Amino acid sequence: MENVIVIEHLCKRFGSNIVLDEFSLTVGKEENVVVMGKSGAGKSVLIKCIIGLLKPDSGKLLVFDQNIPELDHEELDRVRARVGFLFQSNALYDSMTVRKNLEFPLRRHWIRITQKEVDDMVTEVLENVGLAETVDKLPEELSGGMRKRIALARTLILKPEIILYDEPTTGLDPVTGREISQLIVEMQKKYHTASIIISHDMHCVKLTADKVSLLMGGRCYAEGTYTQLEQSTDPKIKQFFE
Amino acid sequence: MLLPTKFRRFLEDTGLITRFAGHYFSQGVKPRLELAELIRQCYIIGYSSLGLVALTGFIMGLVLTMQLRPALVNYGVASQLPVMVGIAIVREIGPVITALIFAGKIASSVGAELGSMKVTEQIDAMEVSGTNPFKYLVVTRVAASTLMLPILVLVGDAISLGGAFIGVNIKGVTSLHLFFRQILDNLSFGDVLPAFIKTWFFGFAVGVVGCYKGYTSSKGTEGVGRAANSAVVLSSILIFIIDLIVVQVTDVMGLN
Repeated sequence: MENVIVIEHLCKRFGSNIVLDEFSLTVGKEENVVVMGKSGAGKSVLIKCIIGLLKPDSGKLLVFDQNIPELDHEELDRVRARVGFLFQSNALYDSMTVRKNLEFPLRRHWIRITQKEVDDMVTEVLENVGLAETVDKLPEELSGGMRKRIALARTLILKPEIILYDEPTTGLDPVTGREISQLIVEMQKKYHTASIIISHDMHCVKLTADKVSLLMGGRCYAEGTYTQLEQSTDPKIKQFFE
Repeated sequence: MLLPTKFRRFLEDTGLITRFAGHYFSQGVKPRLELAELIRQCYIIGYSSLGLVALTGFIMGLVLTMQLRPALVNYGVASQLPVMVGIAIVREIGPVITALIFAGKIASSVGAELGSMKVTEQIDAMEVSGTNPFKYLVVTRVAASTLMLPILVLVGDAISLGGAFIGVNIKGVTSLHLFFRQILDNLSFGDVLPAFIKTWFFGFAVGVVGCYKGYTSSKGTEGVGRAANSAVVLSSILIFIIDLIVVQVTDVMGLN
Protein backbone atom coordinates (compact mmCIF):
# COMPACT_ATOMS: atom_id res chain seq x y z
CA MET A 1 0.00 0.00 0.00
CA GLU A 2 1.23 3.47 -0.89
CA ASN A 3 2.05 5.52 2.20
CA VAL A 4 0.76 9.09 2.43
CA ILE A 5 2.38 9.81 5.80
CA VAL A 6 5.76 8.46 6.90
CA ILE A 7 7.11 9.42 10.30
CA GLU A 8 10.54 8.19 11.36
CA HIS A 9 12.38 8.89 14.63
CA LEU A 10 10.41 12.06 15.30
CA CYS A 11 11.55 14.01 18.37
CA LYS A 12 9.92 17.01 19.99
CA ARG A 13 10.62 18.51 23.38
CA PHE A 14 9.37 21.57 25.25
CA GLY A 15 12.20 22.68 27.51
CA SER A 16 13.24 19.65 29.49
CA ASN A 17 9.96 17.83 28.78
CA ILE A 18 10.49 15.23 26.06
CA VAL A 19 7.13 14.73 24.34
CA LEU A 20 8.05 12.71 21.26
CA ASP A 21 11.11 10.50 21.45
CA GLU A 22 12.00 8.69 18.22
CA PHE A 23 8.35 8.19 17.33
CA SER A 24 7.65 6.35 14.08
CA LEU A 25 4.42 5.66 12.18
CA THR A 26 3.21 5.12 8.64
CA VAL A 27 -0.24 5.80 7.24
CA GLY A 28 -1.29 4.22 3.97
CA LYS A 29 -3.67 5.62 1.37
CA GLU A 30 -7.29 5.43 2.59
CA GLU A 31 -6.07 3.95 5.89
CA ASN A 32 -7.51 5.02 9.24
CA VAL A 33 -4.89 5.04 11.99
CA VAL A 34 -5.91 5.73 15.57
CA VAL A 35 -3.24 7.05 17.93
CA MET A 36 -4.01 6.31 21.56
CA GLY A 37 -2.17 7.33 24.68
CA LYS A 38 -2.60 8.88 28.08
CA SER A 39 -3.39 12.58 28.45
CA GLY A 40 -0.23 14.61 27.87
CA ALA A 41 1.42 11.74 26.01
CA GLY A 42 2.02 13.97 22.98
CA LYS A 43 -0.78 12.86 20.64
CA SER A 44 -1.94 16.37 19.80
CA VAL A 45 1.67 17.52 19.46
CA LEU A 46 2.18 14.73 16.92
CA ILE A 47 -0.65 15.82 14.61
CA LYS A 48 0.27 19.48 15.03
CA CYS A 49 3.76 18.55 13.80
CA ILE A 50 2.20 16.76 10.82
CA ILE A 51 0.21 19.85 9.78
CA GLY A 52 3.18 22.15 10.41
CA LEU A 53 1.75 24.04 13.39
CA LEU A 54 4.68 22.81 15.48
CA LYS A 55 8.19 22.16 14.26
CA PRO A 56 9.79 18.90 15.39
CA ASP A 57 13.32 19.01 16.78
CA SER A 58 14.54 16.13 14.64
CA GLY A 59 13.39 13.15 12.63
CA LYS A 60 11.69 12.61 9.29
CA LEU A 61 8.07 13.64 8.71
CA LEU A 62 6.93 13.00 5.16
CA VAL A 63 3.45 13.91 3.97
CA PHE A 64 2.90 13.09 0.30
CA ASP A 65 6.68 12.51 0.14
CA GLN A 66 7.44 16.07 1.27
CA ASN A 67 9.42 16.59 4.46
CA ILE A 68 7.18 18.99 6.41
CA PRO A 69 9.84 20.63 8.64
CA GLU A 70 11.85 21.66 5.58
CA LEU A 71 9.00 23.28 3.65
CA ASP A 72 8.66 27.04 3.28
CA HIS A 73 5.33 28.76 3.91
CA GLU A 74 3.97 28.44 0.36
CA GLU A 75 4.94 24.79 0.02
CA LEU A 76 3.40 24.09 3.41
CA ASP A 77 0.15 25.79 2.34
CA ARG A 78 0.02 23.57 -0.75
CA VAL A 79 0.33 20.47 1.45
CA ARG A 80 -2.24 21.87 3.90
CA ALA A 81 -4.76 22.21 1.08
CA ARG A 82 -4.62 18.41 0.82
CA VAL A 83 -4.73 17.75 4.58
CA GLY A 84 -7.76 18.49 6.75
CA PHE A 85 -7.54 19.10 10.49
CA LEU A 86 -10.46 18.69 12.87
CA PHE A 87 -9.63 20.54 16.06
CA GLN A 88 -10.62 19.21 19.47
CA SER A 89 -12.32 22.53 20.25
CA ASN A 90 -13.79 22.65 16.70
CA ALA A 91 -12.13 26.08 16.23
CA LEU A 92 -15.11 27.52 14.37
CA TYR A 93 -14.79 31.27 13.85
CA ASP A 94 -17.21 32.82 16.38
CA SER A 95 -17.81 35.97 14.39
CA MET A 96 -18.75 34.15 11.17
CA THR A 97 -21.89 32.27 10.19
CA VAL A 98 -21.66 28.60 9.25
CA ARG A 99 -21.59 29.63 5.57
CA LYS A 100 -18.67 32.03 6.12
CA ASN A 101 -16.85 29.40 8.19
CA LEU A 102 -17.11 26.95 5.33
CA GLU A 103 -16.26 29.51 2.65
CA PHE A 104 -13.14 30.70 4.48
CA PRO A 105 -10.75 27.83 3.58
CA LEU A 106 -12.20 27.66 0.06
CA ARG A 107 -11.53 31.33 -0.64
CA ARG A 108 -8.06 31.04 0.85
CA HIS A 109 -6.84 27.94 -0.96
CA TRP A 110 -8.80 28.18 -4.20
CA ILE A 111 -8.65 31.80 -5.15
CA ARG A 112 -10.17 31.39 -8.62
CA ILE A 113 -13.55 30.01 -7.70
CA THR A 114 -16.97 31.41 -8.57
CA GLN A 115 -19.68 32.18 -6.03
CA LYS A 116 -21.89 29.53 -7.64
CA GLU A 117 -19.21 26.88 -7.12
CA VAL A 118 -18.71 28.01 -3.53
CA ASP A 119 -22.46 27.85 -2.83
CA ASP A 120 -22.70 24.37 -4.37
CA MET A 121 -19.80 23.06 -2.31
CA VAL A 122 -21.13 24.55 0.91
CA THR A 123 -24.53 22.96 0.28
CA GLU A 124 -22.95 19.61 -0.58
CA VAL A 125 -20.81 19.31 2.58
CA LEU A 126 -23.62 20.53 4.82
CA GLU A 127 -25.95 17.92 3.34
CA ASN A 128 -23.25 15.28 3.88
CA VAL A 129 -23.08 16.08 7.58
CA GLY A 130 -26.87 16.45 7.78
CA LEU A 131 -26.99 20.12 8.73
CA ALA A 132 -28.07 21.98 5.60
CA GLU A 133 -30.54 24.10 7.59
CA THR A 134 -27.82 25.69 9.76
CA VAL A 135 -26.10 27.55 6.93
CA ASP A 136 -26.93 31.05 8.19
CA LYS A 137 -26.53 30.36 11.90
CA LEU A 138 -23.67 31.44 14.12
CA PRO A 139 -21.61 28.73 15.89
CA GLU A 140 -22.93 29.88 19.28
CA GLU A 141 -26.46 28.96 18.16
CA LEU A 142 -25.47 25.30 17.61
CA SER A 143 -25.15 22.40 20.03
CA GLY A 144 -21.79 20.69 20.70
CA GLY A 145 -22.55 17.83 18.33
CA MET A 146 -23.70 20.20 15.60
CA ARG A 147 -20.56 22.31 15.98
CA LYS A 148 -18.47 19.16 15.60
CA ARG A 149 -20.34 18.27 12.41
CA ILE A 150 -19.86 21.78 11.02
CA ALA A 151 -16.15 21.60 11.89
CA LEU A 152 -16.00 18.29 10.02
CA ALA A 153 -17.82 19.89 7.07
CA ARG A 154 -15.25 22.70 7.04
CA THR A 155 -12.50 20.10 7.01
CA LEU A 156 -14.15 18.17 4.18
CA ILE A 157 -14.94 21.14 1.95
CA LEU A 158 -11.45 21.18 0.43
CA LYS A 159 -11.81 17.45 -0.33
CA PRO A 160 -8.63 16.55 1.57
CA GLU A 161 -6.75 13.32 0.98
CA ILE A 162 -5.76 13.09 4.65
CA ILE A 163 -7.77 14.16 7.69
CA LEU A 164 -6.27 14.59 11.14
CA TYR A 165 -8.83 14.27 13.92
CA ASP A 166 -7.90 15.62 17.36
CA GLU A 167 -10.16 13.79 19.83
CA PRO A 168 -13.32 14.08 17.70
CA THR A 169 -15.72 12.70 20.31
CA THR A 170 -14.31 14.33 23.46
CA GLY A 171 -16.88 16.44 25.31
CA LEU A 172 -19.85 14.88 23.52
CA ASP A 173 -22.48 12.64 25.06
CA PRO A 174 -22.13 8.91 24.17
CA VAL A 175 -24.94 8.98 21.60
CA THR A 176 -23.60 12.03 19.76
CA GLY A 177 -20.07 10.63 20.08
CA ARG A 178 -21.21 7.45 18.33
CA GLU A 179 -22.91 9.49 15.61
CA ILE A 180 -19.69 11.45 15.00
CA SER A 181 -17.65 8.21 14.88
CA GLN A 182 -20.12 6.81 12.36
CA LEU A 183 -19.92 10.01 10.35
CA ILE A 184 -16.11 9.77 10.27
CA VAL A 185 -16.38 6.27 8.79
CA GLU A 186 -19.01 7.36 6.26
CA MET A 187 -16.98 10.37 5.16
CA GLN A 188 -13.86 8.24 4.88
CA LYS A 189 -15.70 5.91 2.53
CA LYS A 190 -17.26 8.75 0.54
CA TYR A 191 -14.15 10.93 0.17
CA HIS A 192 -11.58 8.08 0.22
CA THR A 193 -9.42 9.82 2.80
CA ALA A 194 -6.60 8.53 4.97
CA SER A 195 -6.89 9.58 8.61
CA ILE A 196 -5.03 9.89 11.85
CA ILE A 197 -7.52 9.91 14.69
CA ILE A 198 -6.47 10.86 18.20
CA SER A 199 -8.95 9.30 20.57
CA HIS A 200 -9.57 7.83 24.01
CA ASP A 201 -13.09 6.81 23.10
CA MET A 202 -12.92 3.02 22.69
CA HIS A 203 -16.15 2.91 20.70
CA CYS A 204 -14.72 5.45 18.28
CA VAL A 205 -11.42 3.54 18.12
CA LYS A 206 -13.15 0.20 17.45
CA LEU A 207 -15.39 1.68 14.78
CA THR A 208 -12.85 3.75 12.89
CA ALA A 209 -9.43 2.10 13.27
CA ASP A 210 -7.77 0.04 10.57
CA LYS A 211 -4.66 0.25 12.72
CA VAL A 212 -4.02 1.43 16.30
CA SER A 213 -0.76 2.95 17.47
CA LEU A 214 -0.13 3.28 21.19
CA LEU A 215 1.94 6.34 22.08
CA MET A 216 3.74 5.90 25.41
CA GLY A 217 6.88 7.61 26.67
CA GLY A 218 7.11 9.52 23.42
CA ARG A 219 7.47 6.32 21.39
CA CYS A 220 5.19 3.99 19.51
CA TYR A 221 4.84 1.38 22.26
CA ALA A 222 2.61 -0.98 20.29
CA GLU A 223 0.96 -1.13 16.92
CA GLY A 224 -1.66 -3.42 15.42
CA THR A 225 -5.32 -3.85 14.67
CA TYR A 226 -7.88 -3.13 17.37
CA THR A 227 -8.41 -6.86 17.93
CA GLN A 228 -4.67 -7.59 18.18
CA LEU A 229 -4.14 -4.94 20.84
CA GLU A 230 -7.35 -5.85 22.67
CA GLN A 231 -6.11 -9.41 23.03
CA SER A 232 -2.65 -8.37 24.24
CA THR A 233 -1.57 -9.63 27.65
CA ASP A 234 0.79 -6.70 28.23
CA PRO A 235 -0.69 -4.81 31.23
CA LYS A 236 0.35 -1.45 29.76
CA ILE A 237 -1.73 -2.16 26.69
CA LYS A 238 -4.56 -3.92 28.52
CA GLN A 239 -5.27 -0.88 30.68
CA PHE A 240 -6.58 0.98 27.64
CA PHE A 241 -9.03 -1.78 26.73
CA GLU A 242 -10.42 -2.55 30.18
CA MET B 1 23.71 42.88 39.04
CA LEU B 2 20.29 41.27 39.07
CA LEU B 3 17.40 43.52 38.13
CA PRO B 4 14.16 43.35 40.12
CA THR B 5 11.83 40.77 38.59
CA LYS B 6 9.07 43.23 37.70
CA PHE B 7 11.48 45.62 36.03
CA ARG B 8 13.14 42.78 34.15
CA ARG B 9 9.73 41.57 32.97
CA PHE B 10 8.86 45.09 31.85
CA LEU B 11 12.07 45.27 29.81
CA GLU B 12 11.40 41.83 28.31
CA ASP B 13 7.85 42.89 27.44
CA THR B 14 9.12 46.08 25.83
CA GLY B 15 11.58 44.10 23.73
CA LEU B 16 8.94 41.59 22.66
CA ILE B 17 6.43 44.31 21.74
CA THR B 18 9.12 46.09 19.72
CA ARG B 19 9.84 42.86 17.86
CA PHE B 20 6.10 42.33 17.37
CA ALA B 21 5.82 45.85 15.91
CA GLY B 22 8.77 45.11 13.62
CA HIS B 23 7.02 41.94 12.49
CA TYR B 24 3.95 44.08 11.72
CA PHE B 25 5.96 46.16 9.24
CA SER B 26 7.67 43.16 7.63
CA GLN B 27 4.35 41.30 7.20
CA GLY B 28 2.40 44.43 6.24
CA VAL B 29 4.33 44.97 3.03
CA LYS B 30 4.02 41.35 1.87
CA PRO B 31 1.17 40.20 -0.36
CA ARG B 32 -1.64 39.31 0.05
CA LEU B 33 -3.32 42.56 1.01
CA GLU B 34 -6.24 41.75 3.31
CA LEU B 35 -8.22 44.77 2.08
CA ALA B 36 -11.71 43.44 2.85
CA GLU B 37 -10.72 42.61 6.42
CA LEU B 38 -8.97 45.99 6.81
CA ILE B 39 -12.12 47.83 5.73
CA ARG B 40 -14.21 45.68 8.06
CA GLN B 41 -11.88 46.43 10.96
CA CYS B 42 -11.87 50.17 10.15
CA TYR B 43 -15.66 50.08 10.35
CA ILE B 44 -15.71 48.06 13.58
CA ILE B 45 -12.91 49.96 15.34
CA GLY B 46 -13.88 53.42 14.11
CA TYR B 47 -17.66 53.24 14.15
CA SER B 48 -17.94 51.37 17.44
CA SER B 49 -15.90 54.05 19.23
CA LEU B 50 -17.71 57.01 17.68
CA GLY B 51 -20.55 57.29 20.19
CA LEU B 52 -18.26 57.06 23.21
CA VAL B 53 -15.78 59.56 21.77
CA ALA B 54 -18.60 61.97 20.92
CA LEU B 55 -20.14 61.76 24.38
CA THR B 56 -16.88 62.14 26.30
CA GLY B 57 -15.72 64.87 23.94
CA PHE B 58 -18.89 66.88 24.48
CA ILE B 59 -18.74 66.56 28.27
CA MET B 60 -15.02 67.33 28.29
CA GLY B 61 -15.52 70.60 26.33
CA LEU B 62 -18.46 71.66 28.46
CA VAL B 63 -16.81 70.89 31.82
CA LEU B 64 -13.45 72.38 30.85
CA THR B 65 -15.14 75.65 29.89
CA MET B 66 -17.18 75.80 33.07
CA GLN B 67 -14.12 75.07 35.21
CA LEU B 68 -11.91 77.63 33.49
CA ARG B 69 -14.39 80.50 33.52
CA PRO B 70 -14.07 81.54 37.22
CA ALA B 71 -10.26 81.74 37.02
CA LEU B 72 -10.39 83.85 33.85
CA VAL B 73 -13.07 86.11 35.30
CA ASN B 74 -10.80 86.74 38.34
CA TYR B 75 -8.04 87.90 36.01
CA GLY B 76 -10.47 89.91 33.91
CA VAL B 77 -9.83 87.94 30.74
CA ALA B 78 -13.12 86.06 30.44
CA SER B 79 -13.29 87.09 26.78
CA GLN B 80 -10.30 84.84 26.15
CA LEU B 81 -12.21 81.76 27.32
CA PRO B 82 -12.89 80.34 23.81
CA VAL B 83 -9.23 80.77 22.85
CA MET B 84 -7.92 79.01 25.94
CA VAL B 85 -10.40 76.17 25.73
CA GLY B 86 -9.87 75.81 21.99
CA ILE B 87 -6.09 75.58 22.21
CA ALA B 88 -6.24 73.19 25.19
CA ILE B 89 -8.64 70.88 23.37
CA VAL B 90 -6.91 70.89 20.01
CA ARG B 91 -3.34 70.64 21.29
CA GLU B 92 -3.59 68.29 24.21
CA ILE B 93 -6.82 67.34 25.88
CA GLY B 94 -8.69 66.23 22.77
CA PRO B 95 -6.02 63.86 21.40
CA VAL B 96 -5.00 62.42 24.78
CA ILE B 97 -8.50 61.92 26.24
CA THR B 98 -9.81 60.46 22.98
CA ALA B 99 -6.79 58.15 22.77
CA LEU B 100 -7.35 57.00 26.35
CA ILE B 101 -11.03 56.31 25.67
CA PHE B 102 -10.00 54.51 22.49
CA ALA B 103 -7.41 52.46 24.40
CA GLY B 104 -10.01 51.45 26.98
CA LYS B 105 -12.41 50.29 24.32
CA ILE B 106 -10.25 48.96 21.49
CA ALA B 107 -7.14 47.60 23.21
CA SER B 108 -9.31 45.57 25.58
CA SER B 109 -11.66 44.26 22.89
CA VAL B 110 -8.83 43.38 20.49
CA GLY B 111 -6.84 41.78 23.33
CA ALA B 112 -9.82 39.71 24.46
CA GLU B 113 -10.87 38.79 20.90
CA LEU B 114 -7.44 37.56 19.81
CA GLY B 115 -6.86 35.94 23.20
CA SER B 116 -10.05 33.91 22.98
CA MET B 117 -9.30 33.03 19.35
CA LYS B 118 -5.97 31.66 20.50
CA VAL B 119 -7.47 29.68 23.37
CA THR B 120 -10.11 28.12 21.12
CA GLU B 121 -7.53 27.26 18.43
CA GLN B 122 -9.15 29.57 15.87
CA ILE B 123 -5.76 31.11 15.06
CA ASP B 124 -4.34 27.64 14.38
CA ALA B 125 -7.40 26.85 12.25
CA MET B 126 -6.75 29.98 10.24
CA GLU B 127 -3.15 28.96 9.62
CA VAL B 128 -4.24 25.49 8.55
CA SER B 129 -6.72 27.14 6.16
CA GLY B 130 -3.84 28.71 4.23
CA THR B 131 -4.11 32.11 5.88
CA ASN B 132 -1.31 33.98 7.54
CA PRO B 133 -3.08 34.75 10.85
CA PHE B 134 -0.64 37.50 11.77
CA LYS B 135 -1.42 39.33 8.57
CA TYR B 136 -5.15 38.66 8.65
CA LEU B 137 -5.70 39.44 12.33
CA VAL B 138 -2.86 41.65 13.52
CA VAL B 139 -1.84 43.74 10.51
CA THR B 140 -5.44 44.67 9.70
CA ARG B 141 -6.32 45.61 13.28
CA VAL B 142 -3.17 47.66 13.88
CA ALA B 143 -3.61 49.47 10.55
CA ALA B 144 -7.29 50.12 11.27
CA SER B 145 -6.47 51.43 14.73
CA THR B 146 -3.73 53.71 13.32
CA LEU B 147 -6.04 55.06 10.62
CA MET B 148 -9.16 55.47 12.71
CA LEU B 149 -7.87 57.23 15.83
CA PRO B 150 -6.85 60.46 14.02
CA ILE B 151 -10.33 60.62 12.48
CA LEU B 152 -11.95 60.01 15.86
CA VAL B 153 -9.79 62.74 17.40
CA LEU B 154 -10.92 65.20 14.71
CA VAL B 155 -14.55 64.30 15.40
CA GLY B 156 -13.96 64.36 19.17
CA ASP B 157 -12.27 67.80 18.95
CA ALA B 158 -15.15 69.23 16.90
CA ILE B 159 -17.78 67.91 19.31
CA SER B 160 -15.70 69.05 22.27
CA LEU B 161 -15.58 72.57 20.86
CA GLY B 162 -19.35 72.34 20.43
CA GLY B 163 -19.57 71.46 24.13
CA ALA B 164 -17.28 74.38 24.93
CA PHE B 165 -19.52 76.73 22.93
CA ILE B 166 -22.50 75.66 25.04
CA GLY B 167 -20.36 76.07 28.18
CA VAL B 168 -19.41 79.61 27.16
CA ASN B 169 -23.05 80.46 26.56
CA ILE B 170 -24.29 79.18 29.90
CA LYS B 171 -23.09 82.34 31.65
CA GLY B 172 -22.56 84.65 28.73
CA VAL B 173 -23.54 85.29 25.16
CA THR B 174 -21.21 84.50 22.26
CA SER B 175 -22.26 83.77 18.73
CA LEU B 176 -21.09 80.55 17.09
CA HIS B 177 -19.30 82.60 14.43
CA LEU B 178 -17.41 84.70 16.96
CA PHE B 179 -16.58 81.67 19.09
CA PHE B 180 -14.94 79.76 16.26
CA ARG B 181 -13.41 82.91 14.76
CA GLN B 182 -11.62 83.57 18.06
CA ILE B 183 -10.34 80.02 18.22
CA LEU B 184 -9.24 79.73 14.60
CA ASP B 185 -7.50 83.14 14.66
CA ASN B 186 -5.36 81.97 17.55
CA LEU B 187 -4.58 78.45 16.38
CA SER B 188 -1.32 78.12 14.51
CA PHE B 189 0.24 75.44 12.35
CA GLY B 190 2.39 74.45 15.35
CA ASP B 191 -0.74 73.81 17.40
CA VAL B 192 -2.58 71.61 14.93
CA LEU B 193 0.04 69.55 13.11
CA PRO B 194 1.95 67.94 16.04
CA ALA B 195 -1.37 67.26 17.77
CA PHE B 196 -2.66 65.51 14.66
CA ILE B 197 0.54 63.58 13.97
CA LYS B 198 0.80 62.19 17.49
CA THR B 199 -2.65 60.64 17.17
CA TRP B 200 -1.25 58.28 14.51
CA PHE B 201 1.34 57.11 17.01
CA PHE B 202 -1.31 56.75 19.71
CA GLY B 203 -3.46 54.65 17.36
CA PHE B 204 -0.50 52.51 16.37
CA ALA B 205 0.47 51.95 20.02
CA VAL B 206 -3.08 50.97 21.01
CA GLY B 207 -3.35 48.55 18.06
CA VAL B 208 0.05 46.94 18.58
CA VAL B 209 -0.34 46.51 22.34
CA GLY B 210 -3.90 45.15 22.07
CA CYS B 211 -2.90 42.68 19.37
CA TYR B 212 0.34 41.67 21.11
CA LYS B 213 -1.39 40.96 24.41
CA GLY B 214 -4.15 38.95 22.74
CA TYR B 215 -1.99 37.13 20.23
CA THR B 216 0.52 36.03 22.84
CA SER B 217 -1.90 35.41 25.70
CA SER B 218 -1.34 32.25 27.66
CA LYS B 219 -3.92 29.52 27.36
CA GLY B 220 -7.09 29.57 29.39
CA THR B 221 -9.86 32.03 30.10
CA GLU B 222 -7.81 33.68 32.84
CA GLY B 223 -5.18 34.49 30.24
CA VAL B 224 -7.80 36.15 28.03
CA GLY B 225 -8.95 38.40 30.88
CA ARG B 226 -5.37 39.25 31.76
CA ALA B 227 -4.59 40.05 28.11
CA ALA B 228 -7.51 42.48 27.88
CA ASN B 229 -6.64 44.14 31.15
CA SER B 230 -2.92 44.53 30.57
CA ALA B 231 -3.55 45.76 27.01
CA VAL B 232 -5.52 48.72 28.39
CA VAL B 233 -2.98 49.50 31.13
CA LEU B 234 0.06 49.29 28.87
CA SER B 235 -1.46 51.20 25.95
CA SER B 236 -2.62 53.97 28.32
CA ILE B 237 0.90 54.31 29.73
CA LEU B 238 2.33 54.33 26.21
CA ILE B 239 -0.03 57.14 25.21
CA PHE B 240 1.42 59.36 27.95
CA ILE B 241 5.00 58.36 27.10
CA ILE B 242 4.44 59.13 23.40
CA ASP B 243 2.80 62.43 24.37
CA LEU B 244 5.82 63.34 26.46
CA ILE B 245 8.21 62.51 23.61
CA VAL B 246 6.15 64.50 21.09
CA VAL B 247 6.13 67.54 23.38
CA GLN B 248 9.93 67.36 23.67
CA VAL B 249 10.38 66.94 19.93
CA THR B 250 8.03 69.80 19.02
CA ASP B 251 9.79 71.96 21.61
CA VAL B 252 13.17 71.26 20.02
CA MET B 253 11.66 71.98 16.60
CA GLY B 254 10.31 75.30 17.88
CA LEU B 255 6.69 74.35 17.31
CA ASN B 256 5.57 74.95 20.91
